[in-house]
Amino acid sequence: MELISTQSETKNMEEILDKYKTTQLENVIFWFKAASIHDFPKDGGACVKYKDKQIAVFNFTRLNKWYACQNVCPHKMEMVLSRGMIGDQKGIPKVACPLHKKTFSLENGKNLNGDLDAIATYPVKIEEENVYIGFSD
Amino acid sequence: MKHIIVVGNGMVGYKFCEKFIQKPNAKNYKITVFGEEPRPAYDRVHLSEFFENKDAKALEMAPIEWYSNNNIDLITNTRVNSIDKVAKTIETIHANEFSYDYLVLATGSSPFVPNIEGVEKDGVFVYRTIEDLEDTLQYASIIQAGRKEKIKAAVLGGGLLGLEAAKAVKDMGFEPHVIEFAPKLMPRQLDKRSSNVLQEKIESLGITVHLSKITSKILGKSSITGMEFGENDRLDVEMLIVSAGIRPRDELAKTCDLKIGTRGGIWVNHKMQTSDENIYAIGECALFNNMIYGLVAPGYDMAEIAVHQILGENEIVMQDKIDMSTKLKLIGVDVASYGEPFMPIEKGHSIIFEDKTKGIYKRINVSHDKKKLLGGILIGDVSDYNMLHQIYLNSMAIPEDPSQLILPASDGKAAFGDVMDLPNEAQVCSCESVTKGQICEIIENGQASDLADVVSCTKAGTGCGGCKPMVSDLTNATLKSLGIEVKDSVCEHFDLNRQDLYKIIQVKGYKTFNEVLDNHGNGGHGCELCKPLVASLMASINADTANEEYAIQDSNDRFMANIQRNGTYSVVPRVPGGEITPDKLIALGQIAKKYDLYTKITGGVRVDLFGATLNQLPLIWKDLISHGFESGHAYGKSLRTVKTCVGSTWCRYGMDESVSFGIELENRYRGIRAPHKIKGGVSGCIRECAEARGKDFGLIAVEGGWNLYLGGNGGANPRHAELFAEQIDNETVIKYLDRYLMFYMRTAKPLQRTAAWQERLEGGLEYLKEVIIDDKLEIVEDLEQEMQTLVNRYKCEWTQAVNDPEMMKRFNHFVNSKEEDDNLVFVPMREQKMPEPWS
Repeated sequence: MELISTQSETKNMEEILDKYKTTQLENVIFWFKAASIHDFPKDGGACVKYKDKQIAVFNFTRLNKWYACQNVCPHKMEMVLSRGMIGDQKGIPKVACPLHKKTFSLENGKNLNGDLDAIATYPVKIEEENVYIGFSD
Repeated sequence: MKHIIVVGNGMVGYKFCEKFIQKPNAKNYKITVFGEEPRPAYDRVHLSEFFENKDAKALEMAPIEWYSNNNIDLITNTRVNSIDKVAKTIETIHANEFSYDYLVLATGSSPFVPNIEGVEKDGVFVYRTIEDLEDTLQYASIIQAGRKEKIKAAVLGGGLLGLEAAKAVKDMGFEPHVIEFAPKLMPRQLDKRSSNVLQEKIESLGITVHLSKITSKILGKSSITGMEFGENDRLDVEMLIVSAGIRPRDELAKTCDLKIGTRGGIWVNHKMQTSDENIYAIGECALFNNMIYGLVAPGYDMAEIAVHQILGENEIVMQDKIDMSTKLKLIGVDVASYGEPFMPIEKGHSIIFEDKTKGIYKRINVSHDKKKLLGGILIGDVSDYNMLHQIYLNSMAIPEDPSQLILPASDGKAAFGDVMDLPNEAQVCSCESVTKGQICEIIENGQASDLADVVSCTKAGTGCGGCKPMVSDLTNATLKSLGIEVKDSVCEHFDLNRQDLYKIIQVKGYKTFNEVLDNHGNGGHGCELCKPLVASLMASINADTANEEYAIQDSNDRFMANIQRNGTYSVVPRVPGGEITPDKLIALGQIAKKYDLYTKITGGVRVDLFGATLNQLPLIWKDLISHGFESGHAYGKSLRTVKTCVGSTWCRYGMDESVSFGIELENRYRGIRAPHKIKGGVSGCIRECAEARGKDFGLIAVEGGWNLYLGGNGGANPRHAELFAEQIDNETVIKYLDRYLMFYMRTAKPLQRTAAWQERLEGGLEYLKEVIIDDKLEIVEDLEQEMQTLVNRYKCEWTQAVNDPEMMKRFNHFVNSKEEDDNLVFVPMREQKMPEPWS
């Protein structure tokens, strides 16, 4: 594993965020089969790799719903949201980033405790105990 | 730059400096302070505490560095001999001359020793300075040596200070006697009936009171053997503390012919100016309105006036009426007196409530028209003092039937209204001159959002502490008026606080977050506040590890490692007491090298390995475990380290084996989840190389055992741990620690360190001793048993995880790929690596 990089390879914020665009159910043209539902913790999340994208997927068991969003937290641009804790704020399902507890709505991606940019969200469907994430590209 | 010389470094002299340097234009002035005593200013009001802990530093108003940090020259051990007010110079006993622009005399007072025959004999002491106490203690230990029976000792004077001294005499192991010339105790503050109530209470504590006694002679050859009060009336005592009042120290003022009162005291005007306009006098040496004020609060007010005057704010002067109200705990009895405690019939009437079964006495004095409260006395129950005092100070309206102010309320509500009814100018904290308006303002403008903020912004409650309940009420009421919820419930999902949830989980035996939420929640789905809290409680109660329900664990516990700013983790294996073999040290190095980890020694003297990815964590731990390491819980709100010095095993000064005991303690409490992290320290001698007093629990080896300190921490608000028990053996240390930690785990708020918990514990350290040592709540058996259960159930959660394929599943960055996070970028730094800086 090559971890030491040169300055020219440093992360480009726009380039990363460019990859993630909120996708509405009606625009889905491809359902990516990510993993078995049993690979995800109850009321918790895990990260799915799709091409060069990292997607956080949450199994909100208490609501009997599944959510997906970008794994990168727009605050410090780290790939960590899937490791965050989920819950609700006045009924809105949310995820809290494990780094600084920035919270985002899992319904529409809005930052609930600050004015960060909204995160991109994706539709999820379950078929035969498998989790599928919908993409428009 | 102008030069101010302050003569006297007592409480008032210190307060002058403290108030002065807070002023924006203070930097145009240089302050030099002369103190006659060897140490910087200390809290004389709480002098009797010195007997309890022998810790002079704990009484200090500010540490010695405070003076130099604030550009104040403090010259201790130096008396000022004379003043030349024309040349504007002073001369010290060392014949050094200093010139001044302003001179502030804060020379205080000296104990008054009546001219009784034989008063010069050995064994007769006064009670004012730490040196006085040290002399007394030394004499006491000499006469007590080798004697089993209790020796009688007396205090001459039954005033405020005399009763404090009586407590000290009792604490020294004597049979204490108080001798008072007047027919009642505290003659300036109490009436005869309240004095009777107080007398009964303190006599029940073993202190004998003798009233209306005129001491005619001190008996004995060279040392005191008794006191004579007249014919055939004597008391055999072998030590005497004289506390018969104070005399202002005005001898220095006399060297330059400043105006002096006929019975002593340096005359001052409303500006605190003496008869020379460049010389001020404040505190107990100053004669204002023909009175000497022997209380600290008026002294502080005088200091404040002098500060304003010197800075040219001439309109701020001393008020004519000086409040002499006092509230204090004397020998464990609450006593308060405010306004006019006695009532001449021409001014008004008194209403008196007395309950001898409870040792309670309350008196209020009201004007003839029953509209004004003029003063009063409270003994035994002073909970209403703050409100009554405010009603008196602000001439607030009182109920039509004034007796409601002191009669036990039938509906449990006090007759007086809300604290918010006080006028804005009402002085809530008289020690620090903080008004209601100031407190409300800093909350309203957002400077303060809780009690701790209010205290740190205004210093309210930091003096005598008597106003703390009122400051707290005022803070809560103001927050409430702004619509800010002051409930301490954990979050929107529960109407319960941590302590409630603790009891519920313990009693009902819940095992999952959902059980707790479904049965006791508000119908929501939890959040990042209540989930980790419930996880922590389950761990504190059932010894659950972080593997059991990992999705409710906080960021670090979830992956049992410390998440770093780029989403990688650091790994800290346990190294109990900091003792490590060369082989294990080599193993750590080899593992760090194998996984290319940035390596650093932590503040808790162990090794931290940074830059591990999620996928690497189990691999690293398999290697560590195979070399005999276990989890260090550096990621948990749990015991971190017990730091040790090398102790008597190697050190030539060591009094005990600090390393051995530190290891034992670290292994005992490892893995236990608490409201916040816990750190310990064990030092082998008083040189304190392990910095044990900066820890939640600290031990220092002394002759005859360990001294146990509790409730310290570093961090944003450093606090020294408080001395809890002395010279106890290993077994007792463990017993007390088991009880202390368990009591903390049961009752603290979420994420509250022991220091903050202890500080806010009602009744403070004394209460803690009653619970833990005297078993006042009858819970120590449960506490010990609960702790022992946790100790017995301990298992290393990393060993548990690496041996369970199901638990291991979570340590993958991707659920559908074995690849690593490709977003990580490291840059080189000093032969190691670090995450690239955030933009």
